[in-house]
Amino acid sequence: MLEDWKTGGFGIYIHWPFCQSKCPYCDFNSHVSLEIDQSRWSRAYIAEIDRYAELVPNRILTSVYLGGGTPSLMNPDVVHAIIARIRHHWPTINDYEITLEANPGSVEATRFQGYAEAGVNRISMGLQALNDRDLKRLGRVHSVTEGLEAFEIARNTFDRVSFDLIYARQDQTLAEWQSELKTALSYATDHFSLYQLTIENGTAFGERYRLGKLRGLPEDDQAFSMYQATNELCFDAGLLGYEVSNYAALGSESRHNLIYWRYGDYIGIGPGAHGRLTLSNGRYASEGWKNPGRWLTEVESGNGDRVLNELTMQHQSEEFLMMGLRLSEGIDPVRYERLSGKPLSKKTQHHLTEIGMIYDRDGKICVTSNGRMVLNAIIQEFLAD
Amino acid sequence: MKGLSCKSRKALLSASCNNGRSFDNFELSTLTPCQSPSISPYMTDLNKIRNFSIVAHIDHGKSTLADRLIQETGTVKERDMQAQLLDTMDIERERGITIKANTVRIDYKADDGETYVLNLIDTPGHVDFAYEVSRSMRAVEGSLLVVDSSQGVEAQTLANVYQAIDADHDIVPILNKIDLPASDCDRVAEQIEDVIGIDATGAIQVSAKTGQGIHETLEAIVHQLPAPKGVRDAPLKAMLVDSWYDSYLGVIVLVRIIDGVLKKGDRIRMMSNNSTHLVERIGVFRPEREVIDELGPGEIGFLTASIKQVRDTRVGDTITTEKQGITEALPGFKPAQPVVFCGLFPVDTALFEDLRDAIDKLALNDASFSFEMETSAALGFGFRCGFLGLLHLEVIRDRIEREYDIDLITTAPSVIYHIHMRDGTVLDLHNPADMPDMTHVDHLEEPRIKATILVPDEYLGDVLKLCQDRRGAQIDLTYAGSRAMVVYDLPLNEVVFDFYDRLKSVTKGYASFDYQMTDYQQDYLVKMSILVNDEPVDALSTMVHRDRAEARGRAMVEKLKDLIPRHMFKIPIQAAIGGKVIARETLSAMRKDVTAKCYGGDMSRKRKLLDKQKKGKKKMRQFGQVNIPQEAFISALKMDN
Repeated sequence: MLEDWKTGGFGIYIHWPFCQSKCPYCDFNSHVSLEIDQSRWSRAYIAEIDRYAELVPNRILTSVYLGGGTPSLMNPDVVHAIIARIRHHWPTINDYEITLEANPGSVEATRFQGYAEAGVNRISMGLQALNDRDLKRLGRVHSVTEGLEAFEIARNTFDRVSFDLIYARQDQTLAEWQSELKTALSYATDHFSLYQLTIENGTAFGERYRLGKLRGLPEDDQAFSMYQATNELCFDAGLLGYEVSNYAALGSESRHNLIYWRYGDYIGIGPGAHGRLTLSNGRYASEGWKNPGRWLTEVESGNGDRVLNELTMQHQSEEFLMMGLRLSEGIDPVRYERLSGKPLSKKTQHHLTEIGMIYDRDGKICVTSNGRMVLNAIIQEFLAD
Repeated sequence: MKGLSCKSRKALLSASCNNGRSFDNFELSTLTPCQSPSISPYMTDLNKIRNFSIVAHIDHGKSTLADRLIQETGTVKERDMQAQLLDTMDIERERGITIKANTVRIDYKADDGETYVLNLIDTPGHVDFAYEVSRSMRAVEGSLLVVDSSQGVEAQTLANVYQAIDADHDIVPILNKIDLPASDCDRVAEQIEDVIGIDATGAIQVSAKTGQGIHETLEAIVHQLPAPKGVRDAPLKAMLVDSWYDSYLGVIVLVRIIDGVLKKGDRIRMMSNNSTHLVERIGVFRPEREVIDELGPGEIGFLTASIKQVRDTRVGDTITTEKQGITEALPGFKPAQPVVFCGLFPVDTALFEDLRDAIDKLALNDASFSFEMETSAALGFGFRCGFLGLLHLEVIRDRIEREYDIDLITTAPSVIYHIHMRDGTVLDLHNPADMPDMTHVDHLEEPRIKATILVPDEYLGDVLKLCQDRRGAQIDLTYAGSRAMVVYDLPLNEVVFDFYDRLKSVTKGYASFDYQMTDYQQDYLVKMSILVNDEPVDALSTMVHRDRAEARGRAMVEKLKDLIPRHMFKIPIQAAIGGKVIARETLSAMRKDVTAKCYGGDMSRKRKLLDKQKKGKKKMRQFGQVNIPQEAFISALKMDN
């Protein structure tokens, strides 16, 4: 029988934990550091890649994703070394994807050229807003003009460029967002990640929110209207919401992120990076040491991972469900049953169908567009059984 | 002898109400007969005994005064003192209320050179325990009437002082808290004379806090209160004042000997049910237990007789010897009669057996608390429980939640309605869910109470409005200085729930309140059901007066709309009488609950979030497709305005 992960594919995530400055909404593992010994980091990534190559040899690679932090602060030769080493160990599918996240503030044409030569074929650009007031509020170091310039450079260098925006921002009206999104769509790229601003604990925004000092956030009803408007405008522009916050022209979806959502296998390398890997005796979750210094020294003494835990059947089925329901293509209930050992509750399916949260498409369970905005509650219903 | 410290007595008493946890051997050693020179091996001369209680409103300093009396006479060593010696349960200390009667025997060498035995019975102070108070009062000959000299007489003082007067007590008025700047002894003395009608010219001025007036109080107890009467050479006649369960000794029975002598080895008979028991131990409280040989007329102490259940020892019962006993029991005995009922269900259905266990254990120590198993379509298995009043209900519920760690859903408290059926039969309705089909019902009767409220003038209007809103009929309104005393006839069902809270709130805590049950009266009562998402939630059904139903129903559905979290679909919440909807609200659907960004690393964090939400859900119960939080059942019934 086909191993479960193969439905999702196999990818490698590389985490670069450094930024020029920390954004107040960001709760990713990112650090501001003045002195970074890039060659030492490069050696560490290579060592981890080699270690994993022994663990999971003989696989065909779907994608690589260099995320962060701000990976566009990496020297192109480091990126080159990493990609070369990966390709040395694993053959790739024909239309493999190697994405690098870039911040407009750190874009230089020569650097981008270097990434392209290293093998990067897709850029995910964190523009976040097309208005200077909001960029400032979001703690971004770039201006709209700089952002669009960076976007142009990226487009001239790479075939595939994705555009990140954050909306449902403080004091943002529906009309403002619609107009901003229309402008973004007019740049005619084939992939957008459009996130509603989420206030996370442990961030500057989270702290201000806790103290009641983060004002002007939209009410849930307003956020819902913005989401609907987003779906409509993207649809009109020929972009399908293939995931909760991701829109793409058919065939332009992020192959790497699809691995997560389709619950495939992925190696996670770098501080705090997570991985999911099927080994001969089971499926495992890995997690790198979170502190960059610690990770580095751990790698240098042989292993950068803090944990490698076997996932129970229940764990796997829950993760599959949580991730899979984010996709417009939905989940295969047969696969769920195989993972969990028991079928999804018919009663819950019936109830959720009745209230318009899910529907059946060719045997797949898909979440409706209304349902997507309350996806956590839907997952909760399924997991309650 | 050095008895066990107060702290260990507290541990010992709490042990008895704490999962049957046993106590250590050290404490057992105190149960051996004692050689203390302070207690004669023979019973005390009647003339040297004074038995008394303390009548006071909450916070007027009853417990502090008791502590001082104990301390002044050296009954408890300074280092063993802890505030509120006599309130042994955590809940008593926390709330500053006394639930079980406690007693302490004090040896006092008076100014006349004689040593007297003073027996103080500390009575419960709350209206829920009025019967227990009345029995305690019958066990003593006098009372100290303690009034806060900065506050004045309160309703609860009145209720209890009337009990003392009913029991023919001699009463020593004490003006407490004279150290406070607001103290006004003349005014309060005058008020005592006006309102209570006793002479307060000789009132003792005391500060239990500083110790001023304590000696005078002790002298007054000796010289102003009468000695008990009783005949030693007569058949045993004793009153059962209170009892509680001890996991090691079985039931400990607090008794007052009227006539005769109680000795270890006696076979005694409880006159209410003719059960007989062999007396194993006799003793007194100082306030720790001390075993002695016998108790004679006028004395107060305890016995143990391997009695397994508090139920077998009824407060107010008469105890005599099995053979050659008396034939006529003491008057006034009444079996405990619960007046407020509600359902208790575990939030987690899996904990039903644990709840049963907890209730069984609590019932061991509380004969006034009744229970039977109940099943609810929505809540599953639980118990329908009867209580003496709302405080009693809260105490039991808090103890189950705290001591047994079981989260509970408490359904709407109800009183007992008399349902007169068309065929002439009369049913007692304890639970609105059991209301029979109205077509077979001729009429309903509900219990009424006489409520006495004392309130400063400026809040009188609010109090009258509150009583009016609760369907009250005014019986009396009089003034004592700047305070009004209002007496209302009220339906008990309007009072059991949140009347006292509302009263406190509208009077900023300045009103005091007491009540007694009077009779049953016919009224136009209906069962109001609450439907959530078109399904009736029986735990929220209440009996209401027809004229109040709309207002009540509207208030409840509005509250529920705030209490129930949003779901993925909109939820109608309705109040209905029979098939007729009288109020309706719609809880709109949840609009946003999604993790915007979710990639590989996020998966683990999202799992944690989901696990947290799952735990939150455990605090809710599912009705059809709707989850209702545990606190909603009680909160929905509270009327804020």
